[in-house]
Amino acid sequence: MSIGYVIDIQKIRQRFRDLQRVVHPDRYVNATEHEQRLAMQGAAYINEAFETLKDPLRRAQYLLRLHGVDFNPDTETTTDTNFLMEQLELREELSEIPRQADPLSAASLFMDRVSTMFNRLISSMAIDFEMPDGQQLEVAREKVRKMQFLKKLHTEAEIVEARLEEEML
Amino acid sequence: MALLQIAEPGQTEAPHEHRLAAGIDLGTTNSLVASVRSGQAETLADNHAKHLLASVVAYTESGIIVGDEAQQRQTVDPMNTISSIKRLMGRGAEDLRLLGDELPYRFAASDSAVPRIQTRRGNVTPIEVSAEILKVLQQRAEEALGGALNGVVVTVPAYFDDAQRQATKDAANLAGLNVFRLLNEPTAAAIAYGLDKSADGIHAIYDLGGGTFDISILRLNKGVFEVMATGGDSALGGDDFDHVIAEWIIAQADISKPDAGLQRQLFQIARSTKESLTQSERTGITVSSVGWQGELDRQTFNQLVDPLIRKTIIACRRAMRDAGVAAEELEDVVMVGGSTRVPRVRELVGEFFGREPLVDIDPDRVVAVGAAVQADILAGNKPDEEILLLDVTPLSLGIETMGGLVETIIPRNTTIPVARAQEFTTFKDGQGAMAVHVVQGERDLVADCRSLARFELRGIPPMVAGAARIRVTFRVDADGLLGVEAEEQTQHVKASIEVKPSYGLSDNEIADMLRSSMEHAEEDVRFRQLREQQVEAERVIEALTAALAKDGDQLLNDQERQLIDAALLQLQQFAAGDDAQAIEEGVKSLEQSCDFYVERRMNSSIHDAMTGHNIHEFETPEK
Repeated sequence: MSIGYVIDIQKIRQRFRDLQRVVHPDRYVNATEHEQRLAMQGAAYINEAFETLKDPLRRAQYLLRLHGVDFNPDTETTTDTNFLMEQLELREELSEIPRQADPLSAASLFMDRVSTMFNRLISSMAIDFEMPDGQQLEVAREKVRKMQFLKKLHTEAEIVEARLEEEML
Repeated sequence: MALLQIAEPGQTEAPHEHRLAAGIDLGTTNSLVASVRSGQAETLADNHAKHLLASVVAYTESGIIVGDEAQQRQTVDPMNTISSIKRLMGRGAEDLRLLGDELPYRFAASDSAVPRIQTRRGNVTPIEVSAEILKVLQQRAEEALGGALNGVVVTVPAYFDDAQRQATKDAANLAGLNVFRLLNEPTAAAIAYGLDKSADGIHAIYDLGGGTFDISILRLNKGVFEVMATGGDSALGGDDFDHVIAEWIIAQADISKPDAGLQRQLFQIARSTKESLTQSERTGITVSSVGWQGELDRQTFNQLVDPLIRKTIIACRRAMRDAGVAAEELEDVVMVGGSTRVPRVRELVGEFFGREPLVDIDPDRVVAVGAAVQADILAGNKPDEEILLLDVTPLSLGIETMGGLVETIIPRNTTIPVARAQEFTTFKDGQGAMAVHVVQGERDLVADCRSLARFELRGIPPMVAGAARIRVTFRVDADGLLGVEAEEQTQHVKASIEVKPSYGLSDNEIADMLRSSMEHAEEDVRFRQLREQQVEAERVIEALTAALAKDGDQLLNDQERQLIDAALLQLQQFAAGDDAQAIEEGVKSLEQSCDFYVERRMNSSIHDAMTGHNIHEFETPEK
């Protein structure tokens, strides 16, 4: 496997399982405390690695850092005005959903739209990491910033939906 | 010692003694114990060939009674007969008020976070009540298996939070059990099921018990059980069905303010009414003490319980979404827990998942059977076993930030074990301490989440405001239990943490309980401790000898080898004696002398697993 944005999830999952079979704390139940601590750290580390590789956003953030881009998810933000305007509109739309005639389907459609936008960024990201020079990395970085917005929006939509479901009880 | 497990599977040089292990399903209504005997996992029966032990504890004049006999005392002695104690595990005094009139007990006023129920044999905590149930199961298993248990797997609802898990583990320890692992009930059911069908694919486990509901979506692949998402409600179950029926009877029969005895009686009538309606379309109800007779039909019953079942369906939908799985992708839907016998539950669950749910395994026993299989594996009795469980944390873990808001550190459905770090800084010059409030839950406001613990970070070196960088690492171990460590990054000072569990017992309280329960049997305890230490020493010696025979020559130089051999010899001498403490210290000292060897072996096996792979594939960002 080479370093790139496109992954073979089956292969990574298989590797993940092989490694967990060796280090998982369940293999060290009768072990010394020291071994148990090592096993727990090892298993947590492998979980974290798998989580990072399989999540499109975290994978992109990781690749940026691997290529030397100092990327801090908490402080990065896009300056693309059109994108930001669109985000504002989407947020407004989301806040209106509970007042719609069929709010649950509206929420579901809304999430589908956000997912489509997110997926579009994912599919164009692969190219940016093929020849990762300074310029391409900046392009990727900008996409990651936008992905963060969309991910957050999606999470908020999920919360709206969950609340709607609770109210229907 | 796991040196054994690191050794080639199935090629352990010294064949070790079969370790006695059991799986315990500590249920709201009934509890079970199971074990693997002659390769077959089966639940163990009492002297009357009964497998289910009613989870009821009676504190009588002459002693403590557990099970059916206790259950019969419920209506005559309600204040001293405790049932459904699982609902109170890990709960605080605040929660009790929320559960309100459902609980016909007298609670003692106390400054402890853990509520205490007044009985004629003194005040008892839910942990102690549960320990009584566990002791009976332990005894049953030890009689059936013919020896002391080496360890047990105790199941908990997947949706149990940290405090509820900790309380369960405390109860097992109080009963004198060595807990190999807390195992999530739906995952346990999946193991039992997976062995039956050896079916790879994605499965949904719908587990509705007496007092708790879980939904788990998991992927089974060649013996690896990977939980993708879990959800549920740790205060929803068959008890609530009984409750709505009892309410209905109270309304129909025009009963005002039933006393505790009548209330218990109504619950029992409600339960048998529910059970009758599993088979029949309608059933007669008689409350002789108030001279009322009536009838409940299936349709009315369905109307009563529908809101409760709908709550479970909402949790199912969320779990499916979290797992990123559509109903069509499921291999099957498995029903677990006694309450899945209710036809309406099967109907609505089938409707939601768009398929007939599988009901062909005894929903009462399947969890204990799965726990027994896992206990047998964890005991090391099946070195070539392929099964591996990768479970998740059911609730998001976060900390309180400015304005009573929650900042999530570990989101729900993260595979465990997991460790995540968060950096904090000081906001005053020379600030030496800092308070951290850890909460669990999905809501934005701290007030809506469950408080787990408050930590005080002390010993922060004096610096100007904002200069300190305190890295707090939150870990959730394989039992789903939380641990916290903190270190100041600029000067590498470990900040000490004082944990104040919001709803748990403090270590002192546990020690007191252990002491009082041991006072009566001090001799027994001393003997047991000695025996335990001897078993432990034998285990360590045997494992180390096997490991050394396998790769001691490759991994150790002469000097290192001599050091280990000497420590080994010393432990063998201690083990032959009768000083438990000396043996314990001998084990510790041997383990210390072997630390580097253990690490070398672990690295060497990881190296083997990774041979041919690029190291970059496994690197994680430092976050």
